[in-house]
Amino acid sequence: MAIKEHRLIFKNIDVEGYTNDIACYEKNGGYADLKKAIGMKPEEICSEVMDSGVRGRGGAGFPAGMKWKFLDRKSGKPIYLVCNADESEPGTFKDRQIIHKDPHQLIEGMMIAAYAIQAKLAFIYIRGEFFEGARILERAIEEAREKGYLGDDILGSGYSCDILIHRGAGAYICGEETGLIESLEGKRPYPRIKPPYFPAALGLYQCPTIVNNVETLCDVKHVVNMGGKAFSEIGTPGNTGTRIWCVSGHVQKPGYYEFPCAALTLGELIYDVCGGLLPGRSLKAVIPGGSSSKVLRADERFTGKLKDGSEFDWGIEDIPMDFDSLMAAGSMSGSGGVIVMDDTTDMVEALANINSFYAHESCGQCTPCREGVQWMKKVTGRMSRGEARMEDVELLRSIAGQIEGRTICAFGEAASWPVQSFLAKFNDEFVAKAKQQAERNAGSEAPQALETTLI
Amino acid sequence: MSADAKAETITINVDGVDREVPKGANLIDAIEQLGEEIPHYCYHPKLSVVGNCRMCLVELGMPMRDRATGEPVLDDDGVQKIGWMPKPGIACSTTVAPGMHIKTKSQVVKDCRNGVMEFLLLNHPLDCPICDQAGECRLQEFATDYGRGYSRYTEAKNVKPKRTRIGPRIMLDDERCILCSRCIRFSKEIANDDVLGFIDRGSYSTLTTYPGKQLENNYSLNTVDICPVGALTSTDFRFKMRVWFLKAVPSICTESSVGANTEVWSREGKIYRITPRRNDAVNDTWMTDSGRALYKQVEADNRLRAYQVDGKASSFDAAIAAAIAQMKQGKTAVVASARASLEEQFLLSQMVEATAAVRVDMVSHYGDGDHLLLSEDRTPNLRGALLTGLINDLPDARLDGLGKAIDAGEVDTLFVVHEDLAAAGLTDAQIAKVKVIYAGIEENSSSANAKVSFPLLTVFEKEGSFVNQNFRVQKFHNAIPAPRGVVYDLHLLETLRAHMVGESPTRPTVPAVWELMAQKITCLHGLDFRGLGDLGVGVDAGRFASLPFVESKNLKHDPEKRSKLGVEAGATA
Ligand SMILES: Cc1cc2nc3c(=O)[nH]c(=O)nc-3n(C[C@H](O)[C@H](O)[C@H](O)COP(=O)(O)O)c2cc1C
Ligand code: SF4
Ligand code: SF4
Ligand code: SF4
Ligand code: FES
Repeated sequence: MAIKEHRLIFKNIDVEGYTNDIACYEKNGGYADLKKAIGMKPEEICSEVMDSGVRGRGGAGFPAGMKWKFLDRKSGKPIYLVCNADESEPGTFKDRQIIHKDPHQLIEGMMIAAYAIQAKLAFIYIRGEFFEGARILERAIEEAREKGYLGDDILGSGYSCDILIHRGAGAYICGEETGLIESLEGKRPYPRIKPPYFPAALGLYQCPTIVNNVETLCDVKHVVNMGGKAFSEIGTPGNTGTRIWCVSGHVQKPGYYEFPCAALTLGELIYDVCGGLLPGRSLKAVIPGGSSSKVLRADERFTGKLKDGSEFDWGIEDIPMDFDSLMAAGSMSGSGGVIVMDDTTDMVEALANINSFYAHESCGQCTPCREGVQWMKKVTGRMSRGEARMEDVELLRSIAGQIEGRTICAFGEAASWPVQSFLAKFNDEFVAKAKQQAERNAGSEAPQALETTLI
Repeated sequence: MSADAKAETITINVDGVDREVPKGANLIDAIEQLGEEIPHYCYHPKLSVVGNCRMCLVELGMPMRDRATGEPVLDDDGVQKIGWMPKPGIACSTTVAPGMHIKTKSQVVKDCRNGVMEFLLLNHPLDCPICDQAGECRLQEFATDYGRGYSRYTEAKNVKPKRTRIGPRIMLDDERCILCSRCIRFSKEIANDDVLGFIDRGSYSTLTTYPGKQLENNYSLNTVDICPVGALTSTDFRFKMRVWFLKAVPSICTESSVGANTEVWSREGKIYRITPRRNDAVNDTWMTDSGRALYKQVEADNRLRAYQVDGKASSFDAAIAAAIAQMKQGKTAVVASARASLEEQFLLSQMVEATAAVRVDMVSHYGDGDHLLLSEDRTPNLRGALLTGLINDLPDARLDGLGKAIDAGEVDTLFVVHEDLAAAGLTDAQIAKVKVIYAGIEENSSSANAKVSFPLLTVFEKEGSFVNQNFRVQKFHNAIPAPRGVVYDLHLLETLRAHMVGESPTRPTVPAVWELMAQKITCLHGLDFRGLGDLGVGVDAGRFASLPFVESKNLKHDPEKRSKLGVEAGATA
């Protein structure tokens, strides 16, 4: 491997002999940071987290310190901490590794965060399919409680907080933080309208609530360990700490790789770290941040201005792997799920697959997403069955446009961005396919565009 | 809303024009008060806001201020710039704020509405020709106003259950449901009966009842009213009549002293349904299921339909003559009714004077209240009987005092309005000792034993007013004509009064009676029938405020505030 990984969160993961019990964790220095944190003032920890610049690893990349600052502390209501372990974004498989192989790291990070925001109770919302993960966490919490790391009067500090595990029932939308909160309350995970229901003010049971991703909460532990300033020196300003890139698709060595932000380019990740593409193949496209992020085309040029004013002109392989650069390239780092597609990929099929996922996962609460996403699935489904019509490409574009920005939650964007970006970048492929199928089916019974009059 | 709150307004800018709107108002309501409409499905002024239909998307902006200094940011002309939100926002979760700018007619907004309409219609069955909602369907209306007029959808539509009986009075068609969740929120938040929910997800989301549960509470039909489409229909009204043939007349529910405001829907003299009419001081937008069924008394089997003397049908004049002859012999007592209108009670009180009646009794009709819109007093107008001086104290359930008087030989003739003497506790022997003159809607033990019977009209066949639990005077109107040959109740009472004193009777109209009442009854001074308006007027309860009325706390009534009420209501009047 040409570029060396810098493992911070995954330091102990997959290390020979490292087990997920508390004894092993403590032997490797575990819970020392919690002890350190307990000796600090909660506000001090919050300001360290602010200084660290750590941004959320769950998708949106919102600075954690800022989120904590928004907490409504004046209401007098209890504050809750929720760990988002719903990890359902297609292409993402990092949180599961932490939960399975180093659960105490998460628990330590959570207890530090809980102490920092003075949470009354903490929850781990874990996706339903992670039954083994839930079992492991249950045991780990039990172990930690026995040792006084959580529960009543943590390490004699007078601060008490417990962690409850709540298992989902297999719905992607439970990862959206307000949907998650509804689910935690025992209801259908219908995301809430924001405003007014920002979790930091009106979250779980209408109390101020912080929802953070598994990886983000682990980062908090390392912020306390090394101090916010030292943490902020990993990566680049505004893109601090490490990221775990979950690489899947047409590469020689798919898997998870941890690097400081901006430490390598997308090209380096694919070719140097993941061993490149399969023999004889060439790169066609990359979805860099989980299925919701916009696709990047291999032969595109990415140009523009960065935040600091400097101009950039990148090929796909030159894009630095960090929050801002991927954003500048018109996509996002999202949940870190890098999906690599080579020249054997049929983009229509790929989009049909993504559309099926979103149509299956739309919670169905708001009109544009509920109806529009299923419609897009039906159209791309037809295209992949050879029943496309000439007008389908424009139709897809129009449907996606009628969803984006008009829904209750960001699922609307998550579902329309793939369609918009696939069509923007691979328009010719879609048009050619539609044309070919339409011509072949001309005169046959295949559905034609009818302008049925309704009224 | 108190007078002060109404006065406080702020300025917002709607499509480029500055408008005055009430401070703190919801944006949809504020625009409605300006006589315009932001189309919406899921929003309902009396339910929580969920923002799921996305029909109300508008462009929103606020005057810009410099983040650091807080100073207004001005454009080249020195006008404060507007910071428009990058995405359209839902009006239903927006509270108006001073200086707020909204665009309701921009291309973006048109596209949003067009898109939502298209999406809503994708899987919609479009069975308007057989759908009861047709004619009052928001989906139809907004499709016409904001839709594109044709469908781009050629895929197969989703199939869902078409006919599910989800309660004794409600049929659900899931294909028509646009998943706005109004019915769910109503059941949970207003009826306190959380029985409805969605199952499955995405486009397959389906409304249903929880296993083993039914939508059977006494408010279930409100879900039919608020359902913006024909998904929930009333089994009573289903397939009976096209709504555009129906005439809606404002009325008042007579089920209890709540006096819910209603609309009575009829065609050619036949009533098809009753629905609630919004009155935020009385019933918000709701009413009971049981109140809606009251129109059936119009065609009830036990309806008293003809004037009778000695059990035989007679003319009105003959019945009057027989009654006058009877009342002129000996002593008459009157049993008044809290089911009669204020005007009828007033004329009855005048007849009481004319006949020099020895006593006036009344019977209470109390039951269990539901703390919502069914009060303990199951009559619409007990307060009216107090205001008109027919009674001075709350009535008892039984006519024991009257019975004793009969036993003591103090009564020769009983003039009974509506009441069933046997049910009110008079013994057969007591009834046999007197001659009964009965005036009522139904046949009962009183009419069975009556010397003379006068048929009276239901609330749907006349006009007048009732005084509800909060001393609010509210009027009702003629929805359908009276049965052939039956005179108005007021006319009957006036004829009897006039003949007793040897005058020639006038034909009293309700406004005319009001002129008299307004002079005689202090708390009605300065009021007239028209002035009651559609929403009624609260009057000063005066000395009656301290009576131990039976109503407990319900949606708009708080016994603890009762004594204060007189003062406040007086102010409003
Ligand atoms: C449709 C949707 C699905 C999401 N799924 C997840 C998820 O599985 N895990 C996660 O951590 N965040 C998920 N998020 C992001 C969360 O809403 C939330 O932003 C995140 O948990 C905040 O944590 P962070 O600030 O630490 O990233 C999802 C968001 C959306 C809109
Ligand atoms: S955008 Fe989709 S997932 Fe989000 S609330 Fe609306 S229907 Fe549900
Ligand atoms: S709900 Fe409205 S649009 Fe749908 S079938 Fe009925 S009348 Fe037609
Ligand atoms: S049945 Fe009617 S009120 Fe209920 S969710 Fe469906 S459309 Fe809305
Ligand atoms: S009225 Fe439905 S979203 Fe506003």
